[in-house]
Amino acid sequence: MRRFSQICVAMSLIAFSCQSPSSSLKLQELRVNIHTDPPSLDPRKATDTTSNSVIRMCFDGLMRRDENGNRSFGVAQSVDISDDGLKYTFYLKETTWSDGEPVTAKNFEDAWKTILDPQFLSEFASELYVIKNGQKVKESAPGINEIGVRALDTYVLEVELENPAPYFLDMLVTHSFFPVPSHVVEKNPQWALNAGASYVCNGPFHLEQWKHYNTIVLEKNNRYWDKDAVSIERIDLYMIEDESTELSMYENGEIEWVGSPLSSIPVDALPILEKEKDFKQYEISGTYYYIFNTKAYPFTNKHIRRAFSIAINRKEIIDNILQANQMVATSYIPPSMWKYTKSYFADADIVEAKKEFALGLTELGITAKEMPPIKLSYNTNSGHHKIAQAIKEEWSRAFGIRVDLENMEWKVFLDNVNTHKFQIARMGGIASYNDPVSFFRDYQYPNSRMNPCQWSNVRFTELMELSDQTQDAEKRMKILSEAEKVFMEEMPIAPIYFYTGSYMKKPYVKSVQVSQLSDIDFKYAYLEKR
Amino acid sequence: MIGFLIKKFTLLIVSLFVVASFTFFLMHAIPGDPFTQDKAIPEEILQAMYKHYGLDQPLYVQYIDYIKGLLTFDLGPSFKYQGRTVNEIIAEGFPVSLCLGMEALVFSVVAGITLGSLASFKYLRWQDHATMAIAVLGISIPSFILATFLQYLFAMKLDLFPVARWGSFSQTILPALSLAALPTAFIARLTRSNMIEVFQQDYVQTAKAKGLSSFHIVTRHVIRNALLPVITFLGPLTAAILTGSFAVEKIFGIPGLGQWFVLSITNRDYTVIMGTTIFYSAILMLCVFIVDILYCFIDPRIKLQEAPSSND
Repeated sequence: MRRFSQICVAMSLIAFSCQSPSSSLKLQELRVNIHTDPPSLDPRKATDTTSNSVIRMCFDGLMRRDENGNRSFGVAQSVDISDDGLKYTFYLKETTWSDGEPVTAKNFEDAWKTILDPQFLSEFASELYVIKNGQKVKESAPGINEIGVRALDTYVLEVELENPAPYFLDMLVTHSFFPVPSHVVEKNPQWALNAGASYVCNGPFHLEQWKHYNTIVLEKNNRYWDKDAVSIERIDLYMIEDESTELSMYENGEIEWVGSPLSSIPVDALPILEKEKDFKQYEISGTYYYIFNTKAYPFTNKHIRRAFSIAINRKEIIDNILQANQMVATSYIPPSMWKYTKSYFADADIVEAKKEFALGLTELGITAKEMPPIKLSYNTNSGHHKIAQAIKEEWSRAFGIRVDLENMEWKVFLDNVNTHKFQIARMGGIASYNDPVSFFRDYQYPNSRMNPCQWSNVRFTELMELSDQTQDAEKRMKILSEAEKVFMEEMPIAPIYFYTGSYMKKPYVKSVQVSQLSDIDFKYAYLEKR
Repeated sequence: MIGFLIKKFTLLIVSLFVVASFTFFLMHAIPGDPFTQDKAIPEEILQAMYKHYGLDQPLYVQYIDYIKGLLTFDLGPSFKYQGRTVNEIIAEGFPVSLCLGMEALVFSVVAGITLGSLASFKYLRWQDHATMAIAVLGISIPSFILATFLQYLFAMKLDLFPVARWGSFSQTILPALSLAALPTAFIARLTRSNMIEVFQQDYVQTAKAKGLSSFHIVTRHVIRNALLPVITFLGPLTAAILTGSFAVEKIFGIPGLGQWFVLSITNRDYTVIMGTTIFYSAILMLCVFIVDILYCFIDPRIKLQEAPSSND
């Protein structure tokens, strides 16, 4: 027994000695939780938020956001745009990769052409369809050299577009358009799998260590062209999946940031935490909505769709279920994205909803009693469940119909949605680049896999095509606003709320950029005295 | 003995094959695939993905290819974590779960047997009641509740250990305790009831009558017999505890194997589902196999090569 107690004492001593108190941290060391192990740190292959965030810390594209969150030049120092808006000529700064090799225009050309190569597996390749012949080549047409990107010189890159896309420069901020170190990739196709000599990058930080599902250590890249703007010397990225644990670590001083956009704060804790001074909220260019299968009876009728959408009491859902100051959505494009947001109907306008419902019934030639039970599908999640329950009640009360809820495991749900086996389904989306077409593109053509509503409208398609051909930014936005009007008139989706992001950060962490697209950038961040 | 081992080993291989086959077809029967995403992928890109991973082939071709790979211990590439193989994922995750599991196992065996013995010595006295009350709590409190409670008490309030993560010894203590609670309680109850039963056996009474010391009686005559059911329980327990727990690993952010059992299914990461299932089955069967062998060392009455009926 004595020996046992001695062992216990010895073990506790080891335990205490193993702890690393925060006092041993250097001043410019940041600890952040990224929720999970990034599936891929190759900018050409990444598809998820976690990978995207880490890649953003390690790479610099032609464009980057500055300390105020505005688009500015990254590796590019200037750009010439042709009068027809189809040709962009980028002049690059003389910058280097983290191994000292120069970052050239060819690096960009190689990266983009590889993504569009039919043999190369890249789930986000469609982002690059904006480039001339991009889609044709990806769909197995021969001629990779037909793709509209060419290195004219070591530091001059010419890009031809399929259509004049005024949002092209905004797209260049995203990871799909980042360069890759061709000299490394050619020798070692698995270059992005682990930290070490092969993970060569050109951003503010470089990958020092990567223990899968445990920790990523980033250190300041002293070969970065703008290294004077970077204060943080080291970032430890942890991979804790449990949100409550993450919050406990924050409260215990083991991390400096908790919540969006890298993870999220538990919903139950929000009402208490939002009173604390560390708590911050920001608007996200994203919408939570329900989609109608416009080929499934009775949602073939637009008045029925409109009735169901108008009857939802969004304000109540936000106040009682979500509790994170989201905004009521009575249009599709979030107000953080443009100034044309307007309310296309009043929230929870039961009188109007009943009118639309009666109109729909007349057109369908049925009575309310003959209305078949409606099935509302969503993926298993307590938040989605609560919202669905509230909406079910509202619909039943307003129209006197039966609504059945159907929850499914995530991939089963997505499979049903993609194969159109649903009537109404929950969806949500955040823009991948800062332009309304990021939301509308999926509905442009009815047969696209990305259009689960199977909705189509000649006028909408015309307006979308017209917007693609329009260079004048103001005029183009008006066309897109007109497109939104058509969209909301037809209501293939019922918008519910616009997302907000919630996070807490220690007061001594300054100048971290969080964009409305929910990207986080630590380039300009610094730590005041802990 | 050799005959018994060969027979058991053959059975093990056949069982693994059956498990692999069942899992393969069940897994493909559930809707969705590794590339099902909320932002749907264009058809041409999706087809390229299917082709690359052989998912465009008929199911029986995929099955034959998989079994061929399995025979060479090649569990294939992960679909979700591009560039990583299932062999690598298991090789990285298993040592972590093993280390944590060993710690929990040692703790639960030592604490469980000690508590169980204590309770049986003090049968129907307050020590017995207290131990059994603790055991009931240990069995009925789920590990994730206990884990959160331990985090709150020892990390947040007393600041003795870190809240989570993996890397130092101090980070292993709370997860190991959370993991050990249930088996400790179970072993304690099992030990207690067996000890009480053995205490009443004639040969123990005889030993007492001969004037042997209590220590001698317990170590020589009681423990050996009382522990047989505990060892039976240890086989499956070891397999379960060594391959990791999803809840505990998730709460403490531990990069073990446990999380992959669940993650692989939500990701529809086919090869990882297969790899982890087969690996777990192999470990489980191996543990049961070892327990079978252990029996004959602990209880000389059991002869492995004989039919079970003649063991009595």
